[in-house]
Amino acid sequence: MATLTAKAGTARATTPVAWSGRATPYLFMAPYLVLFGVFVLAPAIYGLWVSLHDWDFLLEGRPFVGLDNYTALFDPASAVYGDFWMSMRATGVFTLLSVPFLVVLPLGVALLLNRPFRGRTFFRGLFFAPYVLGVAVVCLMWRLLLDPNLGLVDWLLGTDIAWTTSLPWGWVALVGVTVWWTLGFNGVIYLAGMQDIPRELYDAAKVDGAGRWAEFRHVTLPGLRPVMLFVVTTTILASANMFGQSYLLTQGAPGGETRTAIVYILQQGLAQYKMGSASAMSYVLTLALIVVSVINFRLFRGRS
Amino acid sequence: MSLDNLTRRRMLGLGLGALVLTGCGGGGGPRQAAQQTTASTAAPTTYTGPAVSLAFWNGFTGGDGPFMKRLVEQFNAAHPTIKVTMNVYQWADYYAKVPAAVAAGQGPDLGIMHVDSVATNAARQVVLPLDDVAKALNLSEADFSPPVWQAGVYKGARYAIPLDVHPLGMFYNKTVLSKAGLDPDNPPKTGEEYLAALEELKKAGIQGHWATPFPFTGNMQFGSLLYQHGGQLFADDASVSRFAEEPGVQALTWLVELINKGYSPKNVGQDADFIALQNGKAAFNWNGIWSINTLRGVKNLEWGVAPLPQIGTEPAAWAGSHQFVIFKQRKPDQNKLTAAKVFINWISGHSIEWAKAGQVPARKSIRDGAEFQALKEQAAIGSQIDNLYFLPSVAGIGDASAVVDQAINAAILLKKSPKDALTEAAAKADKILEQNRKKYGA
Repeated sequence: MATLTAKAGTARATTPVAWSGRATPYLFMAPYLVLFGVFVLAPAIYGLWVSLHDWDFLLEGRPFVGLDNYTALFDPASAVYGDFWMSMRATGVFTLLSVPFLVVLPLGVALLLNRPFRGRTFFRGLFFAPYVLGVAVVCLMWRLLLDPNLGLVDWLLGTDIAWTTSLPWGWVALVGVTVWWTLGFNGVIYLAGMQDIPRELYDAAKVDGAGRWAEFRHVTLPGLRPVMLFVVTTTILASANMFGQSYLLTQGAPGGETRTAIVYILQQGLAQYKMGSASAMSYVLTLALIVVSVINFRLFRGRS
Repeated sequence: MSLDNLTRRRMLGLGLGALVLTGCGGGGGPRQAAQQTTASTAAPTTYTGPAVSLAFWNGFTGGDGPFMKRLVEQFNAAHPTIKVTMNVYQWADYYAKVPAAVAAGQGPDLGIMHVDSVATNAARQVVLPLDDVAKALNLSEADFSPPVWQAGVYKGARYAIPLDVHPLGMFYNKTVLSKAGLDPDNPPKTGEEYLAALEELKKAGIQGHWATPFPFTGNMQFGSLLYQHGGQLFADDASVSRFAEEPGVQALTWLVELINKGYSPKNVGQDADFIALQNGKAAFNWNGIWSINTLRGVKNLEWGVAPLPQIGTEPAAWAGSHQFVIFKQRKPDQNKLTAAKVFINWISGHSIEWAKAGQVPARKSIRDGAEFQALKEQAAIGSQIDNLYFLPSVAGIGDASAVVDQAINAAILLKKSPKDALTEAAAKADKILEQNRKKYGA
């Protein structure tokens, strides 16, 4: 495409450089923009339209209901109010509990794995390994290990904890399994970020008499800021979109309290075929995530 | 079923029936004509048209899959002009995929649906009415059992032909019963006997019946007990829910009491009740007939199965049923429809093979046959056939019954009292039923 543009540009001898110069970036972006438009933007706008209807793609009647799907979410007497906000709460709790661990622990692991020692490659592989497992494998395995009455974990600890069927232990299990599973991913990103910090900065710090802690605070952390922003943002979004663990590990127990918003939206939309209502819920969730992301960006910008 | 008594005239009638079925698949209009014409058609037991291939989708991902695959292979071998190809999906995926495929004009020709999904898919026009198939195949209520046969009817039209029934049964670990001094060959049959047995087991240090808070099979146990106490989950026309009435509260209380009396541990995890039966930590597990082949595969396990004990005032048990459905096509093909009928009839006639997969054949003639009675475990569970309950055949009924699952979960995990959990759920279920009436038309 780029060559085509260039040729077209030379044909018009009057303003060749300006013309091709203006179009080039867009042409380079075009393949992505087409995909983004077709698979993200268009469905998103279509979803907004769907959310204004009582929508079932197989029924001929799809009555326009205005904002009813949205007002139902804020009306305590509606069929969805209780379950929707319980699921939003579950998503919020999980995000709040999991993000700190998923941001801090991998940083510690990356710091350790960044030092030279025997078997370093092996340990790097070891920490990353769980991430390659599928969510079904991870959850089925942990569901059996954490079983309240038959599980190996309780047996080893000599405890009687209902990891998968009671609160707050359900959250401990969900967060713990998620951290075990995805820690390697953030760890690898931190590790890559650390290797991008120029060695000279550490040398200079040493010359200034900095100890380990001062090096970490004044060189490593500032050097990781862009990486940190990326990690925090993607981790918040990933945690807010948690699905498989809640679906498989706890099945929402007890009484739906660990059922996340995504699980509930899926049940509304694809099991009950109430796609208008499910779309409205998605938009409320999206809005909440946008607000969180904006705050997140502000915080990181404010500190610099 | 036999191929001998087939005449040319019957074949002709068959083609006509298929043609008419095609007509009524397109729109609601010509259905009356269909009923008049097809009454005279005969049973399609063979197919003489050009070679056709049929796509047959189902969700037999477990031990039942290979049995169905073998039946399909046998059918293909016996019918050179019909080639059935079977595709298996997880049930949850299947129910999401099939409507989308049908809407896109890429749907399979025929498939299997659970009986409580038939009405929803009929309302959403995913499946075709099959009254004329039933007539053409000479099938009637007498060939099956009334509740199973009636369960495939939505708004006066039949949409499904029953293949099997899969009820809940009481599985028990013989070794554990012996250990507690109970007769392993004479498991409890009544509520008193059952509780007495649990008390004996408790004395021997065994928690006999693990009360599971999860739908598999907690909601089936709850439903069975509720119907045993003379209750109903929903009104017959599904206008309101009725599970929070006295029989429902009694049923759920009975399950929660198992925990309070020490017959069950607290906080039972998913599938833990079934695992506990296998490793000798529990004595009883009320589970589906499909568990038969799983338990057969467990080494050194001495087990048996019996009908559910009668805890309430009358016998009752949960059951599901796999039923054949034919999917709507953009361009209906009479030959395929005829072939599909031949297939359904053939499989139904050979469902004794299917029974071995751990099912009760829907067809009475096969159920009463010596060959089925020789399948000891299946026959024991099958003896409950006249006491089974099914959900009302109303579109979207699954949405309302999912609410019950949540209430059972909260009550058995001791988060809410049975009455509170059920009353809250009933209020929600009633709203969902009302929404669905509006959506699908009452």
